[in-house]
Amino acid sequence: MKFAWFAGCKIPYFLPQYERASRAVLEALEVELVELEMNCCGYPVRHQSFEAFILSAARNSALAQARGLDILTPCKCCFGSLKQAEYWLRESDSLRAETNRQLDEEDLRWEGAKIRIRHLLSVMAEDVGIAKIRAKRKHVYDGLKVAAHYGCHALRPANVVRFDNPLAPTLFEKLVDATGAQSVDWPRRLDCCGSPLWEKNQALALELMRKKLEDALQAGAQVLCTACTYCQIQFDTVRAAELNAGGLEGRLPSILYPQLLGLCLGLSAESLGLADNRLDASLIRNYLG
Amino acid sequence: MQITFFTFTLYLSLAICLIGLTYRGWTWLKLEVGPPAERFSCGQRAAAAAQGLLRTLLSRRIFAVLKVLVLDVGLQVRILKADLRRWCMHMSIFVGVLLLVLMHALDEPLTQALFPDYASTRNPFMFLRNLGGAMVLAGVGLALYRRVRIRGLRRTTRTGDRLAMGLLALIIFSGFVLEGLQIISAPIFDQMVEDYLGTDDPEDRAALKVYWAQDFGVAFSGLKASADAEVWAQGQDLHEESCAGCHSNPRAAFVSYPLARALQSMAGVLNGMRADVWMWYVHFLACFGGLAVLPFTKFFHLIATPLQLLVGAVENPSPAAGANQQTKRVLGLDACMHCGVCTLHCSVEPVFRIMGNPSILPSEKLASVKTLAAGRLRDPEALAAVAAGSFICTSCYRCTRVCPAGIDLQDLWSASRQSLVARGFTEPHIWVRERTAAEWAAGLIAPQASPFPALKNKPRHVNLVDQTETFSACVQCQTCTNVCPVVAAAGDSARDLDLTPQQIMNLLRLGAHEMAMGARMVWDCVTCYMCQEHCPQGVKVADVMYELRNRACERLPAVKQAVHGTPLCERSSDPGRKEDRS
Repeated sequence: MKFAWFAGCKIPYFLPQYERASRAVLEALEVELVELEMNCCGYPVRHQSFEAFILSAARNSALAQARGLDILTPCKCCFGSLKQAEYWLRESDSLRAETNRQLDEEDLRWEGAKIRIRHLLSVMAEDVGIAKIRAKRKHVYDGLKVAAHYGCHALRPANVVRFDNPLAPTLFEKLVDATGAQSVDWPRRLDCCGSPLWEKNQALALELMRKKLEDALQAGAQVLCTACTYCQIQFDTVRAAELNAGGLEGRLPSILYPQLLGLCLGLSAESLGLADNRLDASLIRNYLG
Repeated sequence: MQITFFTFTLYLSLAICLIGLTYRGWTWLKLEVGPPAERFSCGQRAAAAAQGLLRTLLSRRIFAVLKVLVLDVGLQVRILKADLRRWCMHMSIFVGVLLLVLMHALDEPLTQALFPDYASTRNPFMFLRNLGGAMVLAGVGLALYRRVRIRGLRRTTRTGDRLAMGLLALIIFSGFVLEGLQIISAPIFDQMVEDYLGTDDPEDRAALKVYWAQDFGVAFSGLKASADAEVWAQGQDLHEESCAGCHSNPRAAFVSYPLARALQSMAGVLNGMRADVWMWYVHFLACFGGLAVLPFTKFFHLIATPLQLLVGAVENPSPAAGANQQTKRVLGLDACMHCGVCTLHCSVEPVFRIMGNPSILPSEKLASVKTLAAGRLRDPEALAAVAAGSFICTSCYRCTRVCPAGIDLQDLWSASRQSLVARGFTEPHIWVRERTAAEWAAGLIAPQASPFPALKNKPRHVNLVDQTETFSACVQCQTCTNVCPVVAAAGDSARDLDLTPQQIMNLLRLGAHEMAMGARMVWDCVTCYMCQEHCPQGVKVADVMYELRNRACERLPAVKQAVHGTPLCERSSDPGRKEDRS
């Protein structure tokens, strides 16, 4: 199993542990990653220019397609953006023609759905498979309660992203349960983390996060689990700096899914970059049998 | 006369160079990149720099610096690791220039002191000079080729790059031509004979001419082509006696000698007009010109870039880190020689292709930030363009990782963005909030309020807002509003958001785009797609929100400018302005 690795822009500087943990886990699950120098997925610029967003995303797909590789990204916003571009390029002939005219300058071409765009979770749950993950486990969690946070851009709009049932998804919970941990049912699991408003409307960004944290706590979760660069930055980096008081002190740290799974696969905390998380999530190791 | 002019221009260019270098050094302590909170006085920064220097020299960190000096400055391993061809190009110029400066430009004070038998016309010096020149020319040729062939580089190549390549090529080329002209020069031969040949015998002089014409390529007018071997041998004896001490065979000048052969046919005219003297002027004036402009052109990277690499080798956790951080940023701005590698790897380069703002590209943004730091970027529109470019950057860190000069670009971008925000240049999400949707609509609908022509909507490949089908199914059931997390988090949606998603859809259905564009709901939308997913009628609510923002980005800045008067974005009370600082 081989994919073009699409880390996205924020990981190298803001969340390097996500790349480390993903690579370590994927290697253990015998998924091969190919390094291509791709560009921004287009998500951050979409509010300003639809065309710039489309060209950015299409160029990545064209680069992967030129190598005959499916794309694997750990970021849900990157995933959503690449899928959205795929959708709109299929919808509009003139957009496709114009985008290909731009790509043609560097001998690239977007040719429809010749390659698949995959999110890390889908690859693990569907391409690798829950059974294989279970078979590879060296340890399992016992009694750890995890709130799986879905992330909007992988889930919706479902007709574009085709990730899971948008109203009642189960993919993330299945993956959490595969580690032996217990996924909790929490009403706000499909809500926005607030990250898109960071530095734009900070108060609202924090309020959206706070609501989710309280909801997950109420559902009895000990740890929040994410599989998106922006969500994890919000629930770990931003939260550690801005929202770690008023009953939230030290509670409900956020952990990346490959970190959660990695410990089960017998990978070291170091190879999963656990120490790079701002909020101490080492409590999960107490549940590791 | 010639010597006086030579000396005069030498000292003049040296003086300009030294003044320039002093000025640049001073700017490292004076100029600032970053928000006002990070300001330090010139004295504080000088003290911090001195402290940092001492702490480095007197600690084990000095070994890290020495390592960088050898590997990154001397052998340029950073470039080698990235791109072998680029390394060949740069090494070729670097070694060539070094060779020429040490063994040719500084021959009197340096080479002669090291090699007492030095003469510019002796080997290996003559050969090495040609080698150095050939290396530089080859390197410049490669650089030119890269800038023409590589699309990303061609696009960003500017006058400064052409000037540097042109001046370097002129210096070397004029040097080769000068040497070629000197080889064929009969007047120089005559002068040398006058000064060094121990005899006045016309027969001896004629014999020497024959020998030099045949073996050294001097072009004498009217010299018989085939002199007999005896005369040649007599000339050779005289050569060994009086000339050979300083003159090796010019064939070692493997570029200049073929050039001299090529010039043979025109030798009569060239010697008659003393073309060698003219070319000498061209050559030394080009060299001195290069010296004089060194601090003001990309040649300055000869000093700033090695310094940047050395400074970068030291992580300075001292209390002076803040002040040194400022100094390092300005040094970083100078260390950039516009090689364009950052832009070749830039994550948002495709965005530039659509939006065309050069400040999106790191290599170009750096130039803007430099002008900004120097206080020369005052035009609000230019400032707004730099800010807009800065906001496109995704902080992916790639430019910083590939920069051959080791400049901390990530830090420069973050600091310059903060300083622009402090001056009031913010993203639309922020400044849209300053007015209500109705106020923005008033500006958009009444073009007479604006001195600018009302902007027509540009054609779109995907146009949702103008299509009646987009909204025709909408039954105003309010599901979109009910599932919206932003509406849920807002206390009073009319007060905090202007409009709800359902109200926006209704306005658009009625064709009232302008009423919706400036609504805070549009700009606070988290694009979670809850509305679109839940809409029972399949209205693309979130996609419409995105498109509204696109349209607003095109039209609202003009309204903002019209309403605010002249400044596009800069606040009236600007904390960055000098008068406010005192």
